[in-house]
Amino acid sequence: MAELLFWPAVLAYSEAAVAYAGNVRYPALGRLATWGVRIGWLVQTALLGWQAIRADGFPWDTWAGSLNLFVWLVVGGYLVWGCKPRYRLLGLTVMPFAAILLLASYVGGGTSTAGTHHLSTAFLVLHVGLVLAAFAALTLAAALGGLYLWEERALKLRRPGLLRLRAPSLLTLETLGLRTVAVALPLLTLGMIAGFVHGASLDPQIVVTLLVWALYAAFLVVRPRGRRAAYLQLAGFLLVLTAPLGLLATHLS
Amino acid sequence: MKLALVGTSHKLAPVEVRERVALDGPAASALAHELGAEGFEAVCLSTCNRTELYVVAPDGDDAREAASGALARLADGDLGSHLYRLTDEAAALHLFRVAAGLDSMVPGEGEILGQVRAAYEGGACGPVLDKLFRGALHAGRKARTETAIGESPASVSAAAAALAQQVFGELDGRRVLIVGAGEVGELAARNLVSRGAEIAFVANRTPDRAAALAARLGSEPLPLERLEDELADADVVVSSTSAPGFVITRKQVEVGIGRRRGAPLFLIDLAVPRDVEPSVADLEGCFLYDIDDLEAVVAESLAGRRREAERAETIVAAEAVGFRDWLASLDLVPAITSLREHAEAIRTAELAKAEGRLGGLSESERRTVESLTSQIVNKLLHAPIVRAKEAAAREGVGYADALRHLFGLDEDGRDAHPRRLSGQ
Repeated sequence: MAELLFWPAVLAYSEAAVAYAGNVRYPALGRLATWGVRIGWLVQTALLGWQAIRADGFPWDTWAGSLNLFVWLVVGGYLVWGCKPRYRLLGLTVMPFAAILLLASYVGGGTSTAGTHHLSTAFLVLHVGLVLAAFAALTLAAALGGLYLWEERALKLRRPGLLRLRAPSLLTLETLGLRTVAVALPLLTLGMIAGFVHGASLDPQIVVTLLVWALYAAFLVVRPRGRRAAYLQLAGFLLVLTAPLGLLATHLS
Repeated sequence: MKLALVGTSHKLAPVEVRERVALDGPAASALAHELGAEGFEAVCLSTCNRTELYVVAPDGDDAREAASGALARLADGDLGSHLYRLTDEAAALHLFRVAAGLDSMVPGEGEILGQVRAAYEGGACGPVLDKLFRGALHAGRKARTETAIGESPASVSAAAAALAQQVFGELDGRRVLIVGAGEVGELAARNLVSRGAEIAFVANRTPDRAAALAARLGSEPLPLERLEDELADADVVVSSTSAPGFVITRKQVEVGIGRRRGAPLFLIDLAVPRDVEPSVADLEGCFLYDIDDLEAVVAESLAGRRREAERAETIVAAEAVGFRDWLASLDLVPAITSLREHAEAIRTAELAKAEGRLGGLSESERRTVESLTSQIVNKLLHAPIVRAKEAAAREGVGYADALRHLFGLDEDGRDAHPRRLSGQ
């Protein structure tokens, strides 16, 4: 059953990624992409539901399982406003990434219902859930930052075709990126508190999470603008990417 | 009912011909109502690029002659090869293309939709032109919402404003600094104002001209020497002086943006020779577009509109087919009405004949017989009526006559349902 849900989800995300790429030249493909995202996310929701029903305990405690949940949160976050025509270019940065990570999760066994699951206490479930939700929001903030840099460069280079692409304005991307970080940081803080309450030790994953927290806390205090804000969002995302590696290292040690 | 269109446009006639038949809104409406008083449905669409008369009459030749005659009177002579004459589906398709901006000089321009609406509202419309113009407005809106034909800018000043929006989003409350008091700068300023921007200052070497333009734009004049101070607060700068050297230097902008705390600054240089030192574009947060950059944006935009026009053509063609089907089915309406009346007369007569044999029936049984015979008649007529409508839509005229011939209907049935003109 899990396989039956996994492949359509990957297929829908991949279709969305391809359609978003095509949307740059043929705007009519934008709708196909949007439907790909919606359908893929609904199917992945069903997959996660199936895993939750079948698993004994918390089914996403492995790095691959976390990746599965993480992709779902990222795509869900993108769905909040990403389906508007003006944000379709953002889909081009989010959906290929979502499809690849979901495949990686499958390879690591994160989409199956087999295996032993350890995380069953409420605090740990809360910890993992909140931290992953925060990471998902930071991923979206990085996508916004990436889009900002691309668009800023296109404006600087005075590319004549820029207006045809119907991208969000620079200030919109900047504001949205800042708001996304402002939502992500409290989630991350609460997730970390939940982890410490449960007695988490200072393992590599916690260290990475602390670094991410420090970077974004500084971001919100300093509130950089323009290109600098975008670079910081991307740098933070690189740290977010290392978190699953930290989790993997924790499990191997 | 037959629809005829007779008109002239920028594609067939030079301006000296078009101006002979150009009408303002009230005059176009008066002409339409003049034809309406003669028993026609009529709408006159007159813009700077076209004058077209849409006329509906039971006979196509009458409609064409009425429209041609009205235009000839208007032009004080025959316009000959400058005129186009279209009928029914072709006329509908033409109007739908006009409403979608596909027949305009700049594909997808938005003004024409309002002009079509004004012509419709001022016309002497009956059911056919009412349906036609509603369809045209719908097709025009649909072409614009489902394609990007009307989205990209078609002039340098519109391109500048659209690029400013690409940086700031909505321009509401954005402060614009105009440098130079010429016509080009004023045009760009008005475009920005129409999108919500606020003209903060007009700076010019001649204070009087700065004051005059500032008064027209509802802003304040500014001496050129104070330009540097205001660069810190402006969001958009439009420069179009005739100065031989740079009016805005990199050093000035550097000082200005130092106080902007990272907020972007959009500079539009419409002057030749250029007013803004080109290296300003290298400064972080500064976006500089000169006249060549903007013209490249417009060229790309027009090419994009032409590509989108192909998709819009498909949309309006489908809408025109819908109108053709409706018009064809309209021809059948009198025949269908006659057929129903004919069948009902037979049913009533036969029931009357059987009155003696049905005398013993109770009131309830009589109602049952009434209902039963009505149902039989309706079921018998349903299939031929539906198929006649379908065939008329597919193949055009002739099916009304076929119905009359097959069922032996009154040939004057058509006249039993006179046209209704709006306002009558």
